[in-house]
Parts: sequence; structure tokens; C-alpha cells
Amino acid sequence: MDTINETFLLIAFFLYLLSTILFSVSVTGRKWRDKEGDMTGNRWGTLGFITAIAGFVFALGYFITRWVEAGRAPVSNMFEYMTFLGIALSFAFLIIYAIYKTNVLGMFTMPVVMLIIAYASIFPSEIEPLIPSLQSNWLKIHVTTTAIGQGILSIGFAAGLIYLIRTLDFTKRDKKVFWLEFIMYSLVSLAGFIVVRYLFQLLNYEAVFQYVDETGNEAELVYHLPAILGPNEGQLLTSGVMEPLIHLPSWLRSDDANTVVWSLLTGVVLYVLLRLILRKPIGGSLQPVLKGINPETIDEVSYRAIAIGFPVFTLGGLIFAMIWAQIAWTRFWGWDPKEVWALITFLFYAAYLHLRLSRGWHGEKSAWLCVIGFAIIMFNLVFVNLVIAGLHSYA
Amino acid sequence: MEKEKCEQCGHLNPYGTRLCQSCGNPLDEKDKKATVLDMRYEGTARRSQTYNKTIIDKIWNFFSSVKVGVWIIILVLSASALGTLFPQEMYIPGGVTPSDYYREEYGIAGQIYYELGFHNLYGSWWYMALVASLGISLVIASIDRVVPLYRSLKNQRVKKNEAFLKRQRFVGQVETDDQERAIAEAKEVLQQRKYKVREEDGNILAEKGRFSRWGPYVNHLGLIIFLTGALLRFFPGMYVDDSVWVREGETKVVPGTDGEYFIKNERFLMELYDENDEKYGEAMERTGEPVVENFQTDAVLYQRKDAGTVGTEPELEVWKEDEIRVNHPLRFNNFGLYQSDYKLNELSKMAFTLDSRETGESIGNLEIDLHDPKSEYDLGDGYKVIVHSYFPNFEFNEEGEPTTISSVPDNPAFIFQIISPEHPDEGEYSFVGIRTNEDIFKENDYEMSFADVEMNHVTGLTVRKDLTLPFLITGGSIFMIGLIQGSYWSHRRIWIQKSGKKLWIAGHTNKHLHSIKQDFKVLAEKTEFEAKENEALVTNQQKE
Repeated sequence: MDTINETFLLIAFFLYLLSTILFSVSVTGRKWRDKEGDMTGNRWGTLGFITAIAGFVFALGYFITRWVEAGRAPVSNMFEYMTFLGIALSFAFLIIYAIYKTNVLGMFTMPVVMLIIAYASIFPSEIEPLIPSLQSNWLKIHVTTTAIGQGILSIGFAAGLIYLIRTLDFTKRDKKVFWLEFIMYSLVSLAGFIVVRYLFQLLNYEAVFQYVDETGNEAELVYHLPAILGPNEGQLLTSGVMEPLIHLPSWLRSDDANTVVWSLLTGVVLYVLLRLILRKPIGGSLQPVLKGINPETIDEVSYRAIAIGFPVFTLGGLIFAMIWAQIAWTRFWGWDPKEVWALITFLFYAAYLHLRLSRGWHGEKSAWLCVIGFAIIMFNLVFVNLVIAGLHSYA
Repeated sequence: MEKEKCEQCGHLNPYGTRLCQSCGNPLDEKDKKATVLDMRYEGTARRSQTYNKTIIDKIWNFFSSVKVGVWIIILVLSASALGTLFPQEMYIPGGVTPSDYYREEYGIAGQIYYELGFHNLYGSWWYMALVASLGISLVIASIDRVVPLYRSLKNQRVKKNEAFLKRQRFVGQVETDDQERAIAEAKEVLQQRKYKVREEDGNILAEKGRFSRWGPYVNHLGLIIFLTGALLRFFPGMYVDDSVWVREGETKVVPGTDGEYFIKNERFLMELYDENDEKYGEAMERTGEPVVENFQTDAVLYQRKDAGTVGTEPELEVWKEDEIRVNHPLRFNNFGLYQSDYKLNELSKMAFTLDSRETGESIGNLEIDLHDPKSEYDLGDGYKVIVHSYFPNFEFNEEGEPTTISSVPDNPAFIFQIISPEHPDEGEYSFVGIRTNEDIFKENDYEMSFADVEMNHVTGLTVRKDLTLPFLITGGSIFMIGLIQGSYWSHRRIWIQKSGKKLWIAGHTNKHLHSIKQDFKVLAEKTEFEAKENEALVTNQQKE
């Protein structure tokens, strides 16, 4: 397990953490701010940027060493793809930072990079053999381009989120505040889930069930978290572990559902705790930190990220995808759920660009669209892969 | 329609123009009052904004609207998403009735899904209609804008009206004694920043990246070509989607080639990864399932040389030998043969012995090719086995009679007529299948005993021809070029103009404010010219 590539990834992870801290100091530490606010970049911001570059270099080190070890580009299963997406996001950040020098973007993007890499490591990380349809040069071309495109588009989300936190009126309790808090809750849930999952992994938790699957056959299912939701007619084979509270019908994937319940519950606990400590909405308590930020600039950053990311995503996620599909699956388009959701992502950002450029949807409307776009990307990545079965189901 | 005369410079503008093509003077009442001009499409007369009388005007105006376009995008998007709720018909398992499948798997929701035709959503008339209207919208919206925009940018003059300049997004005024020197300095800086500078009476128009204005229209053109290409599939001869199963050693005609090409399966291979592999061992141990490394058909492609008279054996010539693998189709003459399916260990031959029941002695052997059984097998000395009936995939039908489900020998069964010296005329009848061996009519003296079986692999190849691909590649490439052209560059213009003792400076960009701000920043550092964001605009935003 402790091969060189994983060491590199671990170092990269901690550098991203350091970068998060440095960027946060640069945004919150008033003493170092110059006349024009934080947009011109102070020393802490530059340090954060340098650390982010160092993190990216080590992440590249992981990518290259793993490539050498596996003998192929490491982008073939959920662990490898998610990790690469995290790296791509940090790469996208470096590009946008080089243009706009916005420290606050680092403060929001670097933690998301960490979240994605941490989430990736929940999936099995052994080097897996490639099935015949994946044995192609297009694997690396299509997947890396798509991930970089998604990474850049995600910067649009981070900037949109900053815009919303900066401009929403948190003294009101309206729909906007509710949905913003919902985003914060989702991020907290993901973080909480990762922590819980790690804890049980450290404890080597495992509960094996014998159950009746959807075809009526007996099968076994391994849980890595205590079963709140058990499988259909599930019998625990492991002793000394928690009995499930509810048994689910056979047509639901009970281990996935159980994972979802765990994430939502940890999210609720963490969120309530945070609210009790902060005594106001999370967005509201972040707002004062962002006072020095010019909303118009961050609005343009979010648009610019999408203007840069959209062609890259289209090239990787649709055009290269079609070329490969024609070679591997005999047709360039087959309405596989993953293909359809890539098309939906494309159409959504096309609509965004038309609304923004031709109908003047700037500022808040534009920011909400960026949030929805990111939700679509994540849906395609996680839900379509893991829940809707199709040709792209791996991991 | 009559022309509109600009009250400032006297230029005759087409009816519907909002900003004078020559001097930029606002012609429209609304624009005259505006603090910042709406520079979209340069204030040109667009057909859709000018006429609204006939039905054609109305259709044109409907489809040229970006609002309508975005609605169509949202509708296509939502419909596409709906189609992923449950699997499409092409992805459900074969051999089940779709109506039953959706009801049994997904309950009442599945039934409704099926009843509404969502199991074939992407081929439905209304989905096609939505995509078609997207195409129409692309054509009309592009023409409506690109023609006047092109004309306007081509004909634009350097010298603009003051009313135009002071209503730009970036404006500034400079007072200086030496106007010529100041302008010359600015010109140099702008040229260094890759601006194209035009001069007219000492006034300046500096312009950069105008080609990016055509990006959207180029990418729309690409999309239209792409969609048209996709439509061509429905023309006969453009598209072949067929498949062929070929057994090892067998040669079969390639469907869709009018009997011109034949494919022979020399050997089919399915290779698994080694479980003890150093690299993959750990992963394979976790899943506990074998992983396929390779599917491969060693194939020979033949071309028919003779005229192809019916009933004659074709005269074949080797065209190509190739290994067909996933991701490595055999290509010939716009066709591709793709490795897409397989069947291992299909029965191909069965061997029997004819035994005497009394002595247990074996009379002779016969081997039956399950794909092409002979009608009789002569064993000599008056012994003969006649194949009375052959059921490659045997079952009893509803009337209780033996029948076959298909011509694939998955469960072969025979009714043999055994002729022997004892029974020279009628012979004896026996029914022989897998795990059955029964006498018919009476107890027989002779019986057929199962001796051996031979199996081989069958490869499933997809036959594909798609003559629409060149159109799709062209459309896709043009689309990408246009997208990049419009996304990664911006069209920036900076005007510097004399007005008595003062100099006006104004700037406009169609996107990426940051870039033109950088230009103004450098300009302010190196020259006297300073342009700020229009105050009216800033106050407006604060009000919002």
C-alpha cells in the first residue's frame, strides 16, 4: 500500500492544506491588506500560491509515478478519476489565479481540492486491470481533458459561491439564504462523511450480511459503516456489530443507501454544532471575512472560469468521447446515461453563456447558475456512475 | 422601407438602426436617454427587431430570440434527463417484453414511463422536433445577427459622435497642451499591446481581437453542419448497423455489402488476466472475479470475384487478414467490423456409435455436423442411419410435439431411422437428445450411443458503415474552432478623439472586462490618458 505514489499524494494533500491556511490568513488577516483590499495580493497570498504550486507538483509526482507503476494513465476507476479531478481543480485554480490574483478564490478552492482527494481515497486504490474496452490511448486523452474541463468549470462554482456569500442578505430568512445554507450543509456532510468513513476504516469495521437480492437469490454484502439500513431479509454473519434498524426492499442498493444516510446524519450533527457555535448561518458568519472583495471582480472570475472551461469540457467530454465511442463501441453516440449527462452539462453551460452574454444575467443569477452547473457535474460523476448502471459504471 | 437620416452627421442608416453606423449617434429615443449605450450588435438594424407584420416575420422573430433559444436548450436538457430515469429500451435485457419489464422492475412509475413512450425517448417524434427547432433557432438567430454586425464593423468610422463616446462603459477626458504628442504616445502604447490602430483627422480607433466576434456564428455553423450530418443517417445507403455471428472455421457473407465481402473466423480468443499477477493480484483478490484481458477474433476478409450467381459457390479472394479486438475494428471500404459479442463452447459436432443391444457390439461410428447434418449416414454391410428429424434447440411445443426454438444447436435432438439387415425397409425409430435416448413405436434391436462432442467458439461482430462521419467531423471541428475563437479572445476597442481643448478617451469590450482594464491601466501608467468605468453605470449598479 505505501508505495511511492501514495506518499507523493499525501505530501500534496498536506501542501494543499497549508495553502488553504495561508490563503485564509491572507484574506482574514487585516494587517497585511493594502489600500485596494486583498485583490492585489499580499505576501500571505503569494505564499499560498507558491504552496499550491508545490502541492500541484507533488500531485503530478503521484500521477507520473502511478502511471509508471500501472503502465497506463491512472484515470480508470473512481479512486484514480476522483484524485485526478482534484488535481485538475488545483491546476485550474493556478490558471485563474495567474490571471486574477484573487486570494479568496484560493481560500475556497483549496479545501474543495482536499475534499475531492479525500473522498477519492475512500474508493479502493489498488491498481486494477483494464477491461478490453478501456484499453485505448483515448482513455488518457478523453478522461484527462474531461477532468481538466470539469476542474475549470468547478472554479466557476467556487467563485459563484464566494459571490453569493459576499452579497446575500443574511439578516433575512428567505429562500436564497436557505439554499446557500443548503450548499454549506452539503459540503459539511461530505466532509463529515469522509471523517466518519476514515474512523471506521481505522477500526477495520466490517459487517457482512447474507441477504436476498433482487433476483431472489441469496448473496453476501459487506458494510464498512454500521448498518442503519440493512439489506432485504439481511442476516448478520459478523458478530458483535450493530443490528440494522430498518431492512430495505431488494430493489434498493442498501449499502449505498446506508452510506447516504450516514453522510446526511453526520452532516446534520456537524451543521447543527456549527450553527450553535456561530449563532448565525454559516454563510452569514463567513460574510464579514469577504467584505474587502469586489463582487464585480469575483463575478467576472466565475464567468471567466466557465468561458475557459466550457470549450475544454466540450472537447474532452463530448468530442473526444464520441471519437472513442465510435472506435470502442461501434457508434459515436448511444444515449448511455453518462453520455446523456455530459450532453446535459454541455447544454446547461451553453444556456448559461447565452443568458449571461446575450441577456445580461450577471451577478447573483449568474452565480446561482454556476452552483447548479457544479451540482450537475457532481451528479454525473457520483450518482450516474454509482447508481444508474450503464457502460460507464466502474469502481 | 425608408432610410433613417442621422441628425448629427447626415448618414443614411437602414430602417431600424439604433446607433448611427457612421458616427455612433443614438437614433432611437430610448438610446438617447440612456446613460450607457446598449452596444450589443453595435445597435444595427436587425430584421427581427424591425419587422413584425407577416407570419414569416413572426416565425423569424420567434426563432431569432435568444430567450426562445435558451428555452429550447432547457427543454432538450430536461427531456434528455428524463430519458435517464429508467434505462432506454435498447439497454434492457433481451428476450423480455418491454411492457412487462418496466412494470416488473420499476412498478407503477415504470409502467407510466413505458406508456408515455419514454423507453424510446430519444427516437420519439417530439424529441426530434425539439432538436430540430434548436437547429432552426441556430440558423435564424445567427443570420439575424451576423449580417448586420459584419456590415457595421466593416464600415465603422474612426471618428465618433460625442454622444456615443461619453455613453461607453469606459470613459475619460484629458486636457493637455500638446494633443498631437499625447495621441502619438497613446498610439504607441496601444500598438505595443497588439492593437490595430486607425487614424482619421488625428483621431484614433484602436481595435483588437475583432475576429472573436465571429466565434459564436462559426460555432453555430459547425453545430448546424453537425446536426445536418446526423440527419443524413436516414438516407438510404448512408448508414449500416448490422451484426453477424461467425463460428470458428466458418465463412459468412458480411451483411450490408450486397454479398461482396465475406468474413472468416479463424479463431476466437477470450483471455483472462492472471490472478497471480504481481500488479493486479491485490485488486483481483478483492473483487474475487476473473477479469477479461482480451476478446479477439482472428479474421480473414474476402472479396467475391465472380458475378455472384445464385446457387454457385462464391469465388473468394483474400482482401485482408486482421485481428479484430475491442478498440481495434477491422476496416475496409468505409465499413468496420467490431468485436462486440461472443459465445463460448457452442456445440458443433456430435459423434455416435450404432450398437447392437443383444451383443453390445458396436456396428459403426458417425459424426454429425450440427450446423449441416447429412440426411443419411451409410455404415456399410446393410447398416444405415437416416436423420428423420433434427431439432437444433429442442423443446416440446404446446401441443406436446417436438420442435425447435432456434437454429442454434444449444440443445440438439434427433429422430433417427436406423436401417439394419434385420429391418431393411422401415428400420427402427429412436429419439436421441441430450440426456434422452428413447425408442419410438416399439423396443428396438439397435441403439445410438452418444460417443463424443465437439465444441467451438462463436464471435459476434457488429457491421458498421457510417458515411455521415465526415460531416460530423467537419461540423465538430468548425464548432470547436468557433467556440475557442469566441471564448479565449475578446473584441476590444479604444477611441481617442479631439473635442476642442479636450481629448475624449472611451473603450468598449464585448466580454472579459479584466483584459481591457489591464490595457487602460497600462495606458494610464505610460500616458496621460485615464479612463474610468462610466459613473452612471457605477451608480446604477449601486442602486440595484
